[in-house]
Amino acid sequence: MQRKYLLYFLLAFVSFVFIARLFYLQIIVGADYDPVNNTSSIKVEFDYPERGFIYDRNGKLLVANQLSYDVMVTPDDVKELDTLEFCSLLKIDKEDFKKRFKRAENYASYLPSVFLKQLAKEDYAYLQEKLHKFEGFFIQKRVIRDYPIKSAANILGYIGEVNSEVAKNDPYYQPGELQGKKGVEKQYEEVLRGVKGKKYFQRNRLNKIMGSYKNGMYDTLAKSGKDLTLTIDSDLQQYGEFLMKGKRGGIVAIEPSTGEILALITAPNYDPNMMVGRKRSPNSVKLFGDTINKPMYDRGLQATYAPGSPFKLINALIGLQEGVIDQQSYFYCYNGFRYGKRKHEFMGCHCEIYGKPIRLHTAIAKSCNSYFANTYKKIVEKSENSSEGLTKWSDHVKSFGLGNYLGYDLPDGKKGLIPNGKYYDDWYRYRWNASTNISNAIGQGEVLTTPIQLANVTAAIANRGYYYTPHIVRKIENQKIDDSNYTTPKKTTIDSTFFEPVINGMREVFRTGTANWTRIKDIEIAGKTGTAENFIRKNGKKIQLPDHSILVAFAPKDNPKIALAVFIENGGYGSNIAAPISSLLIEKYLKGTVERKWIEKMMVEKNLYSVYNQVNQNPEEINAGEN
Amino acid sequence: MQEKTNIFYGIDWILIIMYILLVGFGWANIYAATYSETNLTIVNTSTIYGKQLIWILLSMPLILLVLFINTKSFERFGSILYLVSILSLIGLFFFGKEINGAKSWYSFGGMSLQPSEFAKVFTALALAKLLSDRKYNLNLVKNQIKAFIIIFLPTALIGVYDPGSALVFFSFFFALNREGLTLKYLIFSTIAIILFLLTIAFGVKIVLTSALIILTFGVVYIFYRNKNYFRFNWFKVIMLYVVSSIFILGINYTYNNLLKQHHRDRFEILLGLKTDIKRIGYNTDQSIQTISSGGLLGKGFLQGDKTRGRFVPEQETDYIFSVVGEEWGFLGSSLVIFLFAALILRVINLSEKHPNKFGRIYGYGVASILFFHLIVNVGMVIGILPTIGIPLPFFSYGGSSLWGFTILLFIFIKIDANKRYDL
Repeated sequence: MQRKYLLYFLLAFVSFVFIARLFYLQIIVGADYDPVNNTSSIKVEFDYPERGFIYDRNGKLLVANQLSYDVMVTPDDVKELDTLEFCSLLKIDKEDFKKRFKRAENYASYLPSVFLKQLAKEDYAYLQEKLHKFEGFFIQKRVIRDYPIKSAANILGYIGEVNSEVAKNDPYYQPGELQGKKGVEKQYEEVLRGVKGKKYFQRNRLNKIMGSYKNGMYDTLAKSGKDLTLTIDSDLQQYGEFLMKGKRGGIVAIEPSTGEILALITAPNYDPNMMVGRKRSPNSVKLFGDTINKPMYDRGLQATYAPGSPFKLINALIGLQEGVIDQQSYFYCYNGFRYGKRKHEFMGCHCEIYGKPIRLHTAIAKSCNSYFANTYKKIVEKSENSSEGLTKWSDHVKSFGLGNYLGYDLPDGKKGLIPNGKYYDDWYRYRWNASTNISNAIGQGEVLTTPIQLANVTAAIANRGYYYTPHIVRKIENQKIDDSNYTTPKKTTIDSTFFEPVINGMREVFRTGTANWTRIKDIEIAGKTGTAENFIRKNGKKIQLPDHSILVAFAPKDNPKIALAVFIENGGYGSNIAAPISSLLIEKYLKGTVERKWIEKMMVEKNLYSVYNQVNQNPEEINAGEN
Repeated sequence: MQEKTNIFYGIDWILIIMYILLVGFGWANIYAATYSETNLTIVNTSTIYGKQLIWILLSMPLILLVLFINTKSFERFGSILYLVSILSLIGLFFFGKEINGAKSWYSFGGMSLQPSEFAKVFTALALAKLLSDRKYNLNLVKNQIKAFIIIFLPTALIGVYDPGSALVFFSFFFALNREGLTLKYLIFSTIAIILFLLTIAFGVKIVLTSALIILTFGVVYIFYRNKNYFRFNWFKVIMLYVVSSIFILGINYTYNNLLKQHHRDRFEILLGLKTDIKRIGYNTDQSIQTISSGGLLGKGFLQGDKTRGRFVPEQETDYIFSVVGEEWGFLGSSLVIFLFAALILRVINLSEKHPNKFGRIYGYGVASILFFHLIVNVGMVIGILPTIGIPLPFFSYGGSSLWGFTILLFIFIKIDANKRYDL
């Protein structure tokens, strides 16, 4: 009889469907099930550890902590409440209340989220007494940052609430928790934050706590954050920021023997305390919204400039290494260098040595364009074809850490640009030679560097051929960092013997050359000024702006303690602003005090904002030649 | 022929073992669902698990009583018992006690009984009695109607307060089908259910149009294959469409005007038209989460944090299977499904072997009722069927339900044990 099979068939079918469904639920969906977190039956309470402090290299406290109180809400726990009273307690209106409540519900109605951030202390004390009336609301103590010194905001960065994406994807963070967002706070987030402790409680569906979950077998203790000691010299940093008043630009100072960043100055900057507390939100809008001054933009790390004349030092070194020049080889200069037959194919020069042989030493001291144009040409033409020659040149340049991220321990940076043969092959379809990009000889043309890259080049020259990757953290919890990236020297492709003639030329810059008026008694500085042309495009027209004032230097010449690069946007000649500022910083760092108050006064009073305003408003009217 | 006086003679021990396993494991899960750490005494009438233990203990004399009764008596008094249970259902309207909005209980002192749980047993007996009559021929419409009335009476009486429990009586269809009821009824009701769901899911207009389109294609196709087919059948084709249109419109009217919002919600949540985990969908959502959290091996007996937090409402009654899922995992819950399937299979097999038509039909009734309860209850708990609150046999907390299923099964065991004497 066939009929009896209907029930058999259905029985088999239903059993199969049920077991398949159970398989799906318990094996496939169940695989993602976290036994203790994000489940409504278990409540997690966090114990927040104190975030690590940050000190400068001399032990001066830069970042500390202070307490803050947030009102939290678990929407599912909220019973009927007197909204009016509650709103008046929190000093918000009813619309605001609804909006905030909705936001908490949208996140997850059974999990706590922040309702109102950072109460004033007196409000907290009052609310604390009344809060028992409002089920579902509670106060969470939180630690926020405190900056005793109003300096180095660009280095320290700030902490802020994790964004909702991080809160969803990173299992460590809950919404409303704080996380490093910029600078050292971001880079060393995991070191500084420590590990928060967790306590698990069993609760029932009415959200009542029934006791600890499994006698606390999953509970963990909080591990406090580690303190950081930075490589920064806070006095030097503050002094640099003081000198940069009224200017835009970046300064980076490095200790050549270690790669430690002594100062990383960007101007304009801001008071780090602006990114803390209840005013934080309007401040942050103001700071991020200032697209003209860009105070949140670290010019020391992120701004790419044409390096200008300091780049000649690298070309000299490559020329010596490649054997196309030596200390005795000379070139002539006739107020410039003619690299083509046509009228405009001429590079002017200000060395003022007309028709006499110029050797390396003088060429560096006087910054002779013709000398380096000849050298560059010889380097490129040494190989069989220009492309090969330029690529070889490019490899030498890159060995100084240019044209790529340096690998320092801060979250922002730029690659800059060092072109190679292929770059021009693509650009000019193979029809080019050394004359085509002769500007690279004097650090204009296509080359682009950031101040920290150029400071690093200076450190490599100071070390006579190698550098340590610049870094900002010296010690973690009094333990010197031992990351091999920062403790092993990186060699350049130039033999150390070739550095001495170049450095001797650099010494001349501060003795008899372009920066001689800023020399310091009994400190021998080796440096190189630079004046970089720069342009903007407006309405399709290329407009030349006032030059950037640049200087690289290290001191003392033998056994160098500090190497730095200074970029002052639209500051004019390198010897005008960059040179005195460098000199003052060197004096400050090596001697502890500055005796030449007149130079200091002159620099502090130097305000370039009239130039900047003109650049921003009507650059057409600027006569770039004069300033 | 004489029956042996040994009441255990010839009984199927496999069924007994399955029964003990299900009731025992069921009670363990009721304990897990309702124990509290402060009160650990097992026999304690103030607790739910304690009460259930008493019901289990009291079902033993009940079993002995059933086994003691002469098999013939079930056949002989089936109709009378049926009438008594119908009367008890009617009596609910006058003397019933209201619990959870349903007047489905009789209260005697401290305990309450739910006559609907027993009505199943006696309807099965009455139906078996009717169908096993030598003169009965199921092909006659007159006889079909008789059977339908036997099923319909308790269905209607129970349906007034407890539509879920009333649905169970449809399971007797399996028994009728086994005895030769034409499959047309099944096909028609399947089509009706599909149309019903489609109408809710897509709306009247779309379903009506697509029905017309499908019908047109069908007609064109058949016409193409055999030009003479429609010579006498045009009327049927048109009527088919008209009848189904009226049916669809009727559904639409009933659904939107006669059903209450909470009924509609259940269907709409199931069909994915509505996501509302706060109210109606909450039970199912919690139950699915609870079961999922069990994983392969489960969290262990008394270790389920969701069970402990009582996240699934009614976790000791209709949703008891979620406790199994959480604490015993995929292995445990699959095993329970297997155990039920094995029990039902055993009952069907024994019925098939039964020489007597009465025994066979009753057995089929037992298997069908158990099967139906399994489908609807577990299907609801694991979220593939709408929320219809009926208990999981032998597992769910509740004395009437336990006793009802116990009597249902043991009458079958008794009938089965005496098969050789009925020849």
